[in-house]
Amino acid sequence: MTSSTTATLRPAAGQAANVQLKYRSQAVAKPYFMAAIGLFVGQIIFGLVMGLQYVIGDFLFPEIPFNVARMVHTNLLIVWLLFGFMGAGYYLIPEESERELHSPKLAMIAFWVFLVAGALTIVGYLAVPYATLARITGNDFLPTMGREFLEQPTITKAGIVVVALTFLYNLSMTVLKGRKTTISMVMMLGLWGLAIFFLFSFYNPHNLVLDKYFWWWVVHLWVEGVWELIMGAMLAFVLVKVTGVDREVVEKWLYVIIAMTLITGIIGTGHHYFWIGTPGYWQVFGSAFSALEPIPFFMMTMFAFNMVNKRRREHPNKAAVLWALGTGVMSFLGAGVWGFLHTLAPVNYLTHGTQITASHGHMAFYGAYAMVVITMISYAMPLLRGREANSNRSQVVEMWSFWLMTIAMVFITLFLTAAGILQVWMQRMGDHPLSFMATQDQLSFFYWLREAAGVVFFAGLLLYIVSFFVRGDARD
Amino acid sequence: MQTKDLAAGTVRTVPGDLAMWFFILAELAVFGLFFAIYGVVRARQPALFAAGQAGLSRLSALGNTLLLIAGSGTMAAAVQDFAAGRSRRGTRWLLATLLCGGGFLLLKGAEFGGHLAAGITLSSNDFWMFYLALAGFHYLHVVLGMVIIAAVYRAARQGRYDAANHAGVETAAAYWHMVDLVWLVLFALVYVAR
Repeated sequence: MTSSTTATLRPAAGQAANVQLKYRSQAVAKPYFMAAIGLFVGQIIFGLVMGLQYVIGDFLFPEIPFNVARMVHTNLLIVWLLFGFMGAGYYLIPEESERELHSPKLAMIAFWVFLVAGALTIVGYLAVPYATLARITGNDFLPTMGREFLEQPTITKAGIVVVALTFLYNLSMTVLKGRKTTISMVMMLGLWGLAIFFLFSFYNPHNLVLDKYFWWWVVHLWVEGVWELIMGAMLAFVLVKVTGVDREVVEKWLYVIIAMTLITGIIGTGHHYFWIGTPGYWQVFGSAFSALEPIPFFMMTMFAFNMVNKRRREHPNKAAVLWALGTGVMSFLGAGVWGFLHTLAPVNYLTHGTQITASHGHMAFYGAYAMVVITMISYAMPLLRGREANSNRSQVVEMWSFWLMTIAMVFITLFLTAAGILQVWMQRMGDHPLSFMATQDQLSFFYWLREAAGVVFFAGLLLYIVSFFVRGDARD
Repeated sequence: MQTKDLAAGTVRTVPGDLAMWFFILAELAVFGLFFAIYGVVRARQPALFAAGQAGLSRLSALGNTLLLIAGSGTMAAAVQDFAAGRSRRGTRWLLATLLCGGGFLLLKGAEFGGHLAAGITLSSNDFWMFYLALAGFHYLHVVLGMVIIAAVYRAARQGRYDAANHAGVETAAAYWHMVDLVWLVLFALVYVAR
């Protein structure tokens, strides 16, 4: 178990000692978390813009065309989650390793480099046409742009690699010199995997089939592979802290979840290879392995509830416990159930690339990754601000934001699923299938409902931010 | 099954590490699903599958079956010896298990080599796709099982197991028996069933 010595280091000049932090260098996590939340707000604003463009086609055209709004929406998602993972790493690894971070200074330099590079990239997306951005950033020397989710200019990608390497160097040195726990090992495995698979974003063969084939090595092996390890480690860390359950129990769960993730997830990549020109056997491989991908997510749910039921202490941070349980449930629904819905090749034959995919994408990203990052922030942020938990009033506001965002996301998912079913029916079945755009017109009712749910989600997010500023008697 | 005294009373537990049993269940689920899909596809193309099966060497498969059954026997003997405190004999049985596994890898490797030389790939037809996938995955599981047993063998030589504490041997044995079980189904389904 971790030692309970707190704040043995002397505070810097002019800075009051934070008695809640075991290691002072954990404080570098704070700007990462703040940046993550800020970018999350940006992501949702562009989501709302794009949602409106589904029904009012020329909304904000030509200033922000649909493809640009979509690119900003998805890129901001990835970047804010990366900020969240990095913040989580900087907070969790020193505590698990029972020592200060190798170099807090390097962590802060990396933070500013990443934030500035990220902001410049977004400004680039919005300020100039994409082709111009490609030209002025020298895409011709090493063409990597123009692919969904990997639209970043090549120099931004190189910057991401540099930031990731300093991050991994910093954490790895901390782990190597300190205590090694299952949680820190799984976290490091996931983070190294994240960096290694990102390297495939630099491989951009002319053959479109090969291009897509390896593109999924970044996209799928991130979200259905190594990110799940990061998620498991983060969830386990918070659960150990808020429930006081024995580490051995938590670690056993973690082992099993990881084994299941890797067994099903790696070859499960095949469910993306169905109709893109890859050999036919992928239909069998992809269907069989990915059909079992809900299992690790279901185990994650069981894990969260089991630990909370067996808790040995009542942690004053109720909001963090709620987020942890919410992650368990929503990741299973979004990634597990909604993924399974269209993962079998005969079903996917009809649903490929429809709004059903979008519904799955929304709930899975929110339920698994957005929520686990918020769980970590919810647990760590009060400690980073010098208290074990926020005031009761603040937590009530935060819980409201939890329910608003989560219920809104459930509705976004349901409306998109309805739109998707209708889309498959009208566009791909029957004797007189409609064209893509004619079908889209027919779906506008559901798109309006989705937009309304999106507004509620945004309100929940704003409330979440408000919760940071709600005062009240600090709880000890 | 063994019994352990816990604070709450006597509780029956599975041999070895519980996490391994979850892992085994997951493995069986994947193989089970694959076998089921094999059955469905085979029922649709009986002629193609019969022709494919005729191209397999049942003698080699029989040899492999005997090797794996023998390996399961030696592994069970190892567990019994460790439980009875005969660690040196148990360690020798572990080595025997590794030899059985090695024999399987050689024989099966030669069979795969023959297919490769004949120009057979995953894309040849549905039969060969299933055969190569099932046998190939199983082959990798034999390799993994041997890695686990080799690790246990090394620990055993360092004297880390005794009658009271040999959960590592039991854990490895559980996995090895699973690998054997999957082969028995595979042998019956892919080589023998007409």
